[in-house]
Amino acid sequence: MERVLLTRDLTIRFGGQVAVDRVSCAFQPGTLTAIVGPNGAGKTTYFNLISGQLRPSGGEVFLGGARLTHMSAPARARRGLGRAFQLTNLFPDLSVLENVRLAVQAQAGTGLDFLSMAASHADLRDRAWAQLERVALTARAATPASVLSHGDQRKLEVAILMALEPDVFMFDEPTAGMSVDEMPVVLDLIERLKASGDKIILLVEHKMDVVRRLADRVIVLHNGALVADGEPAEVVASAIVREAYLGVSA
Amino acid sequence: MKPLSGDRPGHPAATALILLLLAALVALPFVLPGARAMGTGGRIAIFVVLAASYDILLGYTGIVSFAHTVFFAIGAYAVAIPLARGWGGWESILLGTLAGAVCAATLSAAIALLSLRVRAIFFSMVTLAAASLAQLLASQMRDVTGGEDGITFALPPALTPAFRLLAEPLFGTRVDGRMLTYYLILAVALILFLAMLRIVNSPFGRVLQAIRENAFRAEALGYRVVTYRALASGLAGGFAALAGSLFALQLRYVGPDSVLSFDIMVDILLMVVIGGMGTLFGPALGAALIVMCHTYLQLALQSMPQTVRDLPLIGPLVGPLLAPDRWLLWLGVLFVAIVYAFPAGIVGTLRQRRRA
Repeated sequence: MERVLLTRDLTIRFGGQVAVDRVSCAFQPGTLTAIVGPNGAGKTTYFNLISGQLRPSGGEVFLGGARLTHMSAPARARRGLGRAFQLTNLFPDLSVLENVRLAVQAQAGTGLDFLSMAASHADLRDRAWAQLERVALTARAATPASVLSHGDQRKLEVAILMALEPDVFMFDEPTAGMSVDEMPVVLDLIERLKASGDKIILLVEHKMDVVRRLADRVIVLHNGALVADGEPAEVVASAIVREAYLGVSA
Repeated sequence: MKPLSGDRPGHPAATALILLLLAALVALPFVLPGARAMGTGGRIAIFVVLAASYDILLGYTGIVSFAHTVFFAIGAYAVAIPLARGWGGWESILLGTLAGAVCAATLSAAIALLSLRVRAIFFSMVTLAAASLAQLLASQMRDVTGGEDGITFALPPALTPAFRLLAEPLFGTRVDGRMLTYYLILAVALILFLAMLRIVNSPFGRVLQAIRENAFRAEALGYRVVTYRALASGLAGGFAALAGSLFALQLRYVGPDSVLSFDIMVDILLMVVIGGMGTLFGPALGAALIVMCHTYLQLALQSMPQTVRDLPLIGPLVGPLLAPDRWLLWLGVLFVAIVYAFPAGIVGTLRQRRRA
């Protein structure tokens, strides 16, 4: 069966404010969907509702037919929802390699093993190392994550997500704050991920050139509601998007 | 040590101090014979275990609990109560120790499960309440715990001072039951410390550090943070209880003041912070330092030469501060000085310097 990610009437209110307003959307494997919209449109909140950092006021989340709505964030992560964060969210005092190794270990499900030594699991370490190679961070493997440059921290964030080997990849502005020459590493990585053909990829992104390059489909959130959904060219051209979002930047 | 856990103190000076501590504890009965020195040595060994178990919570998992003495006390009473009632010798020590550890681990994990979902500060308050409640219970349940007076009990003959293992003294020192008790405590403490060292270096231990660093992110990776915190609390409680059982053997007495007082809780905190949180070796050094201060600072002040007190001008000013009962003041000064020189604790700061 196809592992489709589905949100149905997904809603969250903070006090009187509706941050995400009855968003219904299905995401297919092999498709990269970009989620765009102005600041405060509810993109990150929508992500938090899908990955479980927030519980909805209403509506449902399904993955591959299984209802995730009332599952905790760790339970959803174990079911294949992988999340990278917009604000850098690492283990600051642990080494770069250990940051990724923890993700590999979570994926392998050996966290409760307290009898063996972590250092003796060379396979997990090697898998973590391979992820660092993909984002060109092996030179910094032993440094604490907190001393990395902003761009390198963003790359590490991506490496952690890749190490989880999820079915659903959720990138929240992966290239935000990166210099122009740092971006290709991350963008190429996402492109290759897309080429593998069986992953659901969601991408919150402000940079329209990135969206045009990577996205198969674009959805637009505005004041928490889904206002447009379609092929990148068609959505970017639509009047509602020009008014809501691109009017400022296009 | 490498095949056991691969963990090292992380700095030549720290390694030297740890080895010195170990050598001193092993050689102690022959170098400084007598009840007082062995009493201090045994206390150090026991507090190394107690402080290290607290480090699993505070340093590795980032949990601030004030109930650690409760589990220490459970282990102590679990050995004392059957022995005081004359329910056998070795088997009640063994069973009592085991039962105490299981009880303490279960209770510790249960408190964590019930209250770690709330904010960290509320968890600390809950543990404070639990500690007060335990003190109240220990002093009120006279039939079981002996109330404020505590329980005095006899150990199996082989562990009493009257017992002679060898007819002739070894290296000029009598090999008696007191020495056997000392080495029993030292051996068990060493095994427990190595076991904890192994646990914090296991895949499980790594997750605890991840939770300390960023619990939110650990959840997003799929780790059930509440489960891990509860298990860490259970382990720490269990090890604290084992230290408590050793303490009962050492003192041949258990009372609320000796195992449950807040002074002990404060001492544990000091040991972990001075030694370096999240290093395990650090709290071991901290334990040695604090226990030695408790025993010898007062003596040192007593033996301060009279000439210092008789100095003109300085004498009347400094004299009262050097009175033996002012030793706590000097402990405070020492603490401030160490924290100032080693902001991340002794081992923690040494490791940082090595890395930099």
